[in-house]
Amino acid sequence: MAENQPFPRPNWITIRPRLLPISWRLDRRTPAILGVLFIALAISLVMSVSYGEYNIAPLDVVRAVFGVETNDPNHILVVRSFRLPRILLSLLIGASLGASGAIMQGITRNDLADPGILGINTGAGVVVVAYVTFAAFPVNSLIPWLAFAGALATSALIYGLSWKAGSSTLRLILIGVGVASLGGAAISFLITRMQIDRAQQAYVWLTGSVYGSTWEEVQLMLTWLVVLLPITFLSARQLNTMGLGDELTIGLGLRLEVQRFVLIALSSALAAITVTVAGTIGFIGFVAPHIARRLVGPSHEGLLITTTVVGGLLMVISDLLARWVIAPSELPIGVTTAIIGAPYFAYLLYQRGR
Amino acid sequence: MTQASVASRNNQRLIGPAALLPVGLLAGVAILVLGLAVSITLGAAEIEVSTVFASIFQYDDTLFDHLIIRTVRLPRIIAGVIIGAALAVAGAIMQGLTANPLASPGILGINAGAAFAVVLGVFFLGSPPLLTYAFLAISGAGAAAVIVYTLGSVGRGGTTPVKLTLAGVIFSAFTAAFTTAILVLDRQTFDQIRFWTVGSIAGRDWELIAWMSPFIAIGTIGAMLMSRQITTISLGQDIAQGLGQNTTRVRAISAIMVILLAGASVGIAGPVGFVGLVIPHVVRAICGVDYRWIIPYSAVAGGILIVLADSIGRIILRPQEVPIGVMLAFVGAPFFIYLARWKVR
Repeated sequence: MAENQPFPRPNWITIRPRLLPISWRLDRRTPAILGVLFIALAISLVMSVSYGEYNIAPLDVVRAVFGVETNDPNHILVVRSFRLPRILLSLLIGASLGASGAIMQGITRNDLADPGILGINTGAGVVVVAYVTFAAFPVNSLIPWLAFAGALATSALIYGLSWKAGSSTLRLILIGVGVASLGGAAISFLITRMQIDRAQQAYVWLTGSVYGSTWEEVQLMLTWLVVLLPITFLSARQLNTMGLGDELTIGLGLRLEVQRFVLIALSSALAAITVTVAGTIGFIGFVAPHIARRLVGPSHEGLLITTTVVGGLLMVISDLLARWVIAPSELPIGVTTAIIGAPYFAYLLYQRGR
Repeated sequence: MTQASVASRNNQRLIGPAALLPVGLLAGVAILVLGLAVSITLGAAEIEVSTVFASIFQYDDTLFDHLIIRTVRLPRIIAGVIIGAALAVAGAIMQGLTANPLASPGILGINAGAAFAVVLGVFFLGSPPLLTYAFLAISGAGAAAVIVYTLGSVGRGGTTPVKLTLAGVIFSAFTAAFTTAILVLDRQTFDQIRFWTVGSIAGRDWELIAWMSPFIAIGTIGAMLMSRQITTISLGQDIAQGLGQNTTRVRAISAIMVILLAGASVGIAGPVGFVGLVIPHVVRAICGVDYRWIIPYSAVAGGILIVLADSIGRIILRPQEVPIGVMLAFVGAPFFIYLARWKVR
C-alpha cells in the first residue's frame, strides 16, 4: 500500500490557472508519458482500422477517415460505416471503464477493485435485462439511466455490506464476487422468462461485445463522457485526500460521506454507460489504473487522465486481438480482457501476500 | 484433550445426545426418499406416486408413464442425488482441511477446472468415450486444485482463507474465458455441451451415470475412512501433529478424494455450484464437529438440496424450467455473502 501514498515524489508540475478554481500538481513525467500514450493510441487505432476481412493500407485508412478519395471506392464506406464506430466505441468504453476503476480503487483504497469483479456491471445488467423482459415496448433512451440506477444500487449494496467489516480490502472483493454471482443468476432467470428473440439478443449483449456497433452508440457514449470525464478529473484532489484514510480526510475538512457518495455515483455512471452499449466487460477497470500508476505515480491528478488513455488503448488492443486470434470469426471482447486481466490479478494477489 | 474440546463444541449442535445421531441420519434418508418420490411425479405429465413405484418395481415397457419415469425422470433425479452427495462431501472435506468456511469445489475453482478440461477434450477429440470424459474431468479437477492451492499459498503471509478464495474465483474467471473462446470458435463443441457448461441435470442418461458413479463411490468411501483424521486436522494443524498424525499424508489422500468427487460430478452435470459451500455449514449446525458424522450427513443433505432445488425449479415457472445452477445460486450466493461478511476471520 506504500505505493498509494500520494505525496513522496519530489518533482511536480503545478497547474493553477487564474481563471479557474482548480489546482493540479502533476508528476513531471506526465506530459511526456501522455504524449507517448497518445502516439501509441493513434498507431493502434490506425492498425485496428486497417485490419479486417480485407486489409487497408494505413495511409489509406487515414485518408478514408478524413474523407479523402483513395484508389478503392469502397474504402470510405468500409472505414467510416463499419470499422470506425466499433473501434471508437471500444476506445470510449476502455476510457470509461479505466476511469471508473481508478475512482473505485481510490475510494476503497483497494487496488484490486474493478466494476466487473465487484459485480457493479452485473448489477447494471440485471436492471436492464429486467426492463427489457417485462416492459411491453422497451424505450431505448431509458436504458442508460436504468443501467445507472442498477450500478448505483449495487455499489451501495456492496459498500454497505462491507463497510462495518472494517478495512479488510480483500473482503470487499469477496462480497463483490458474491453479489456478482447473485446478479448473474438473476440474469439467467430473467432470460428464461424472455421472448425468444429478445433472449438471443440479451445473450450476445451480456458476453460483452462490440460487434455491430453503430454511430448512435458512439454518440451516446460520447455525450455521457463529455459530462462525466471532466468531473472525474476534477475530483482528483478529493481522491488524493481520501487515500490518507477516513480520519485524516475528515480532519482535513472534507465532507467524507458526501464526497464518497458523489464519487461512487460517478464511478457507477461510468461503468453503467459501458454496460448499456456493450454488456459486461471485466478487468479493464482493474488493469488500466495499475499500468497508469506504474507510469505516472499514485497522485490522482495525473493518474486519472493517464488511466483514461491507458484504458482506451487496452480496449483498442483487446478488440484487435479479439478479431485477429481466431479470424475470420471473432471472440467476444470480454473474453480477451479476461484472458489478459485474470493472470495479472493473480500476480498481484501473489505479490501482496496478506 | 481433543475429546474435551470436541465435547464442548458438540454442545452447540442441534442433535444433542450422540445416540440420536444415527436416528437423525436415518430420518434424513427417509426425507430424501420421500423427496425423490414426490419429485418424480412432478413434470410436464402428472404421474401418481403409485405409478412411480410400480414403474420401479413392476416395470411394464408398454406403459408410456413407466417409460417416461425410467428414461427421463429417474436418471435425472438419480444424477442429481449423486452429484449433490458428492459435491457436499467434497465441500465438507475442503472446509475441514483448510479451516476456510468459504471452501467448496465451486468457489475454489475445482469445478471450473474440470469443466474446462472436458470442453478442451470435446474440442480436440470430438465425442470421446465416456471413460475418457471421466478421466478428463478428474484430471482437470486435479490440475485446478494444484494451481489454485499454489496460487493461494505463495507470497507473503501463506495461505489465508480470503486469498485462497480469491485465487479460486480468478482461476474460474480465467478458465471461463477460455471455455467461452472455445465455444465461440467451434460450433460443434458448442452444440454438444452448451447446456452442460451451465450445470444441468436434465437429460442425463444411465450410461453416463454408470461411468461416473464408481469414482464418486470411491471418493465417498475414502472420505469415510479418512473421517477421523479429518476431524483431528480440523481442530488445528498443531493439535493433529501433536497427536502424531502425518498431516501431509492425510491432506494428500483427502485431496485426492475431493478431486475424484468433484471431477466425477462435473463429468455428470457440469459445474454446479454452492452445494459444497452451503451443506457442510448446515450439517455442522445439526451434528457437530465430528467428521465421521459430518460426511454421511453431508451426502444425504446434499442429495436433498438438489432434489428440492430441481423440483422447485421445475414447478415455479411451468412449463418453463429454471436451470438448477440458477436455483442454487439464489440460495447459495446470499449465503456466500453472509459468510464472507460475518464469518471469515
